Amino acid sequence: MRYFVRDLSLRYKIPLRVLSLASITAILVTASILFRVYDETRNDLLRHAQSMGRVLANTLVGPLTHDDAWRAFEIINSPFQSEEADRSELAETILVLDGKGQVYVSTRPAQFPMLSDPVRLDPEFAAIREATAGRDGHNPVATAQPGSSRLFVGIPIVSDGARLGTLVMTYTKGPFIPRFIGIAQRAALMTLLALAVLLPIAWYWGNRMAGPLVRLAGCMDQIGPRVPEGLHCDLFESNDEIGRAGASFKRMLKELVEKARLEQEILVTERLAAVGRLSAGIAHEINNPLGGMLNAINTFKRHGSNDPRTLKTLSLLERGLSQIKDTVAALLVEARLESRHPLSRHDIEDTRTLVAAEAAGKGIGLVWDNHIATGLPLPSTLVRQILLNLLLNAIRAAEKQVECQVYRDSRSLTLAVKNDGAHIPDEDMPYLFEPFSRLSRNGHGLGLWITYQITRQLNGGILVESDPGQTRFAVTLPLPEEPCTT
Amino acid sequence: MVTPPLTRRHFCATLALSALAPRAFAEAPPLRLGLTPVFLDDQASFLEAWRIYLTERLQRPVVFVQRGSYREIVELLTQDRIEAAWLCGFPFVKNERRLRLLAVPLFQGKPLYRSYLIVPAGDTRTESLLDLRGKVFAYSDPDSNSGFLYTQHALSQVGERSERFFARTFFTWAHRKVVEAVAVELAQGGAVDGYVWETLKRFYPLVTARTRVLEQSPEFGFPPFVTRVSLPEAEFAALRQVLVAMGGDSEGRELLSQLNLDGFVPGERALFDGIAQMAGRVEKRP
Repeated sequence: MRYFVRDLSLRYKIPLRVLSLASITAILVTASILFRVYDETRNDLLRHAQSMGRVLANTLVGPLTHDDAWRAFEIINSPFQSEEADRSELAETILVLDGKGQVYVSTRPAQFPMLSDPVRLDPEFAAIREATAGRDGHNPVATAQPGSSRLFVGIPIVSDGARLGTLVMTYTKGPFIPRFIGIAQRAALMTLLALAVLLPIAWYWGNRMAGPLVRLAGCMDQIGPRVPEGLHCDLFESNDEIGRAGASFKRMLKELVEKARLEQEILVTERLAAVGRLSAGIAHEINNPLGGMLNAINTFKRHGSNDPRTLKTLSLLERGLSQIKDTVAALLVEARLESRHPLSRHDIEDTRTLVAAEAAGKGIGLVWDNHIATGLPLPSTLVRQILLNLLLNAIRAAEKQVECQVYRDSRSLTLAVKNDGAHIPDEDMPYLFEPFSRLSRNGHGLGLWITYQITRQLNGGILVESDPGQTRFAVTLPLPEEPCTT
Repeated sequence: MVTPPLTRRHFCATLALSALAPRAFAEAPPLRLGLTPVFLDDQASFLEAWRIYLTERLQRPVVFVQRGSYREIVELLTQDRIEAAWLCGFPFVKNERRLRLLAVPLFQGKPLYRSYLIVPAGDTRTESLLDLRGKVFAYSDPDSNSGFLYTQHALSQVGERSERFFARTFFTWAHRKVVEAVAVELAQGGAVDGYVWETLKRFYPLVTARTRVLEQSPEFGFPPFVTRVSLPEAEFAALRQVLVAMGGDSEGRELLSQLNLDGFVPGERALFDGIAQMAGRVEKRP
């Protein structure tokens, strides 16, 4: 049960709490009313008892003086004769005690016979007899035993300063009870009515309050170690705490996705950097002896024998070594070797001319969109090489059409090439830029490697988006800070 | 009972009407008739009907005078302040020289009645007066035969005196109230006029049902109507005639039936010999 209550949705908890709060309030208000009614009833009763007691005590002086027991009985019995009297204010028993504290007469002679000791018949009379014993005045005394259901009112019967006896009236609290039950019943009815009105309001209110929380909790539950694809959270937007929690959650979600992407990117970049370092090291180690070997062949050809068989062998060696040198050079992409003549619109257009024939040969449409109008402070040869590599790859992959866009903003130049060929599966993406890529179906597999190396050296970035029917490579190169001249 | 508010004018008019009603004999001095609780003297409407009946028959105004005790009525009689009274036999024999026997009612066909000793109906153990030793006992009037004298006599027969025998006694000043006192068990026993008890039983059976008649006394002369000795003979005869004739007309019989009586007879002094003897013995008890 405890867990059930603890695990109950706020959707139900809030209305239940509203209802229980309303019930507690109603109970407290009713209880305070009942206490008040009890007090008032008791005070009314006492006032009534005291005024009636004074009258009776005065009237009893004569009969007591004349020892007229019957007359005394008639007097104390008179309040009981009236048919219309409010019975709730009527004493239960009225006794006249004589000077010795014995019953002189009582309204219940069978229970309290004449001359009997009231305390022996009913010990609760001890307190009132005690309380009135030492008194000479006419002032009434009221006592109520704790835990007793009766009130006792005692009035001394005094004539000319002489104590003749005591009038004792007992009242039950019994008549209070129907009054209390009536009030409690009405209060319960009103509480039920109020709860009936409050229930739909509380329900609506609970849903209004809990709804956003429930949605937020539902959304959070979907987040595991990874953010699932296509997660859609319809969160409540406001400036209160729930709205702020929702907004924070959305922000956190975005950052989580971004972080995962960055981690992936860093992984790829680091691997490529490691491969780059390795290949550059090997290339340097090969380049030095290679240069020496080619020089030796040159020298031998110039100054050595002219034996045709030897020359043929040397030439064979030279071609082989040259091929090795080319391959190593391709691995050793070094931007700084390049001249720094700025990039112009013509450089881009030249590239178009270079690939147009190839595209036409394969029946591929080339859509060209060159937005570069003025010169840019970027190494033209490298940019052209990047664009050429991208275009040649695209033409090889395309089915019907290749689209090229070159444009700039205030900080960067973007070269974007799209083709409509088979797309690159997600799992291949991390290996796309590795040298001698297994993904290259024709060519040596160094095109994208070179493109990547050049881009890195120019502090740029490559974005690849590949969906079925469309693959897009976009290289963004930052423009150096210094103002460019033509 | 709700009575319409009585304005002063209304009240005066009512007074005038009631004064004018017996116009013919308004000048004649009223006949003052003392009543005691030897019968149910607290029925105002019956008393008024009886008063009007007597007024018409006597051809003179009749006024009822009621007092709380027999002694007061006897005093009024002996001081000539009333003409006649319905008294108990005991005060009659005590003040015989100053009173004259007018008429004796007939109860169950005889001018006789008994004293009843009653106890609460719930008390089934008490079998005789002697079982009431140390109890609270109710008398009606110290001048009553059935409600006091007879019990004194009965106790003196066994050598007891009321004040020693009972723990406490009190007077209710009416037979009816003795019955009530015993019914509510204020007293554990009471002495009451047998005629009053029987009449109550007839008209208010609920009260008598709460009491039990323990003993009945021998018969005594019924409480008589008496006049002061100074009452003129003509007036005495007229009053006796009217009372004795009550059984002769329907209106009178109706009133008698409400009194639970059969009529009136002139009666004889000898009827009260029993009471006089008892009174003598009680006076001489040790």
